[in-house]
Amino acid sequence: MKLKGSEIILECLMREGVDVMFGITGGAILPTFDAMTRYPQIKHIHTRHEQGAAHMADGYARATGKVGVAVATSGPGATNLVTGLATAMMDSSPVVAITGQVGTATIGSDAFQETDVTGVTLPVTKHNYLVYDIDELAYTIKEAFHIARTGRPGPVLVDVPKDVQNTEIEFVYPEEGITLPGYQPATTATCGEIEMALRLIRKAQRPVILAGHGILMAGAMREVVEFAERTQTPITWTLLGKGAVPESHYLNLGMMGMHGEAYCNTAIQSADLLLAFGMRFDDRVTGNLATYAPEAKKIHIDIDASEIHKNVHADLGIVGDLKMVLNQLLPELEPMQHADWMEQIDEWRDDTTKRDIINQKTSRFVAAQAIYDIWRFTGGEDGGETIFVSDVGQHQMWVAQYCRLEKPHTHITSGGLGTMGFGMPAAIGAKLGRPDAEIWAVVGDGGFQMTMAELGTLAQYNVPVKVAIINNHFLGMVRQWQELFYDSRFQATPLVNPDFVKIAEAYNITARRVEQRSAVNDAIQWARAVDGPVVLDFDVEEHDIVYPMVPSGADLHDMIRRPMPEGRKQS
Amino acid sequence: MKHTLVALVENKPGVLNRVASLFRRRNFNIDSLTVGRTHRDDVSRMTIVMDENTSPAKVEQNLYKLVNVIQVDNVTMKPSVARDLALIKVRVEAAETRSQVLQVCEIFRARIVDASPTTAIVEVTGAEDKIASLIELLRPVGILETVRTGVVTMARGEDVLDGNGYKSPGNGSSSNGKHNGAL
Repeated sequence: MKLKGSEIILECLMREGVDVMFGITGGAILPTFDAMTRYPQIKHIHTRHEQGAAHMADGYARATGKVGVAVATSGPGATNLVTGLATAMMDSSPVVAITGQVGTATIGSDAFQETDVTGVTLPVTKHNYLVYDIDELAYTIKEAFHIARTGRPGPVLVDVPKDVQNTEIEFVYPEEGITLPGYQPATTATCGEIEMALRLIRKAQRPVILAGHGILMAGAMREVVEFAERTQTPITWTLLGKGAVPESHYLNLGMMGMHGEAYCNTAIQSADLLLAFGMRFDDRVTGNLATYAPEAKKIHIDIDASEIHKNVHADLGIVGDLKMVLNQLLPELEPMQHADWMEQIDEWRDDTTKRDIINQKTSRFVAAQAIYDIWRFTGGEDGGETIFVSDVGQHQMWVAQYCRLEKPHTHITSGGLGTMGFGMPAAIGAKLGRPDAEIWAVVGDGGFQMTMAELGTLAQYNVPVKVAIINNHFLGMVRQWQELFYDSRFQATPLVNPDFVKIAEAYNITARRVEQRSAVNDAIQWARAVDGPVVLDFDVEEHDIVYPMVPSGADLHDMIRRPMPEGRKQS
Repeated sequence: MKHTLVALVENKPGVLNRVASLFRRRNFNIDSLTVGRTHRDDVSRMTIVMDENTSPAKVEQNLYKLVNVIQVDNVTMKPSVARDLALIKVRVEAAETRSQVLQVCEIFRARIVDASPTTAIVEVTGAEDKIASLIELLRPVGILETVRTGVVTMARGEDVLDGNGYKSPGNGSSSNGKHNGAL
């Protein structure tokens, strides 16, 4: 069968199981967009900006576990993808980006819309390609998907010059497997490593599991819970590890780190064994490394060898697939008890409960309570399967703290890069991957406006994502730092916002403003009843702070706590 | 002590750029980096020398993250042969300096590979410190230009880096020979 390069791209995407892709056309990618008319099996979502396309592909990948695909033209189209690729890179999200490039004859001549895209994206992709030879196109795309989804997943970019897209050849799909001499993702642990792990686990009196994103990537949710139950080890998780264990589980503690629960951080600092499962000791979870978990032995299991000892020295580092390694450990583990340790942690937890804003009555419309209500009133208390996609900032932390999730892959957020503007487009991608799921994009007013143009995409494809703007008329997280560490000099954080309801309505998107807590449930049920996208503008208290907080670089146990409510004694 | 890593990489365009970009991005300080073809068309070989403050294990683990890196070996503590080649152009107008240069060359087993009425090019091969000493001795004569290839290294004897057996990524706590930890 004779096919053009553009058609070969789509043939390959079909064979990878791609059902939807996100992008914007343009000069150098026109042949591929034209070929799309002959491949209606793959739905194309025309976004308003390539950054949105990259976030959508990322959101799709995180919601489905499949590879998300973004398409863009050369030059500005491709450079607009960069923020989205960097986001996917930091959070190990499998994304394949296909970009058009100027013709091979003009590469290097500063041709119109030419950019060295493989050069620009080198540090923000797991791997990338510039395909000069039509004969290598199909294999390269196959390899790109393989690299994106295996090992530690990540974004891969394939840059295809326009003449390669137009060249016709006899198409034979490379059915053989991928052979990459330098790419062999890690699998199991050695017997020696398992033995040493067992020794450390059996000796521990105060163990804590640090649950990371790797659990979700490896699909090791069941194994982690089994490990925790067998060894009676409490679990605290990173921002991206949220959802890896059911939060109603009696061994679940909550989030660790800068805005983690105080009792989680205290437990880590007092532990004698940390079991780091698929996490990377980011500075946002460790605080000051010099005083981090001083009494604890550390077992670090990660598929990426370069993460072991990178930030925190591991007494035992195991490079492997977490699911496989835990399945090696589990048959060897006998039931254990750590009753005193659990009791101690419960005591610390009790102090947090007393301070918790959720348990306080206030006449103000507090963001944390609004977010808690969104979770509650979308079936959260009944173990609902609503997917929460957050943006970046204060609301992101409140989503992590108060949306108590039971199912894996129901929490999507930009953790490592902290990309404002991620939320709404990622939610669109998630919804297209999981049309059955109820999806709420909880975003701040600052981040929302960074990719607000994607309201156009939301409207054009009538994607039933419910967008909750937590509108405090500030870049709230930075405002918080200014209040705490810069003598309340609110430089460049106040926002004069447009009327988001009117903006949404201009796109023919149903919208409503919510101004008090008593109106939240009604607004949510109203939004859920609409068969299409909805924007809810929550006009919340401006001067609010996410508690607790470990100041940047401070010791993990050195937290700024929410003050005890009046009339309650500090325990 | 300086650390030396040897890496086999796929002979493809852009691989040197990927390695160099990695070192810059991760803030690894590299003393020298040499790259050249091997007897296999599809494989190139790099010798990477870094200062004592750079962790060779970290560099090794990160090199393995590059898809095009096939195998990495830390030869710092291994019996190995390390060679650097230098061309040094000196000013030799007086007959006296000419014989002085010849004499120095003899001591260092260096060769004169080009001679003009006013200049000579000295070629020397050896370990880095030997070349450094030769340069010091030639300095009073008047050095016009120097070029060095950077160090290339090979382990002695049966210790063969063939790209067929994957080495441990060297995470420091175990030796796992089953995979290379590449991602």
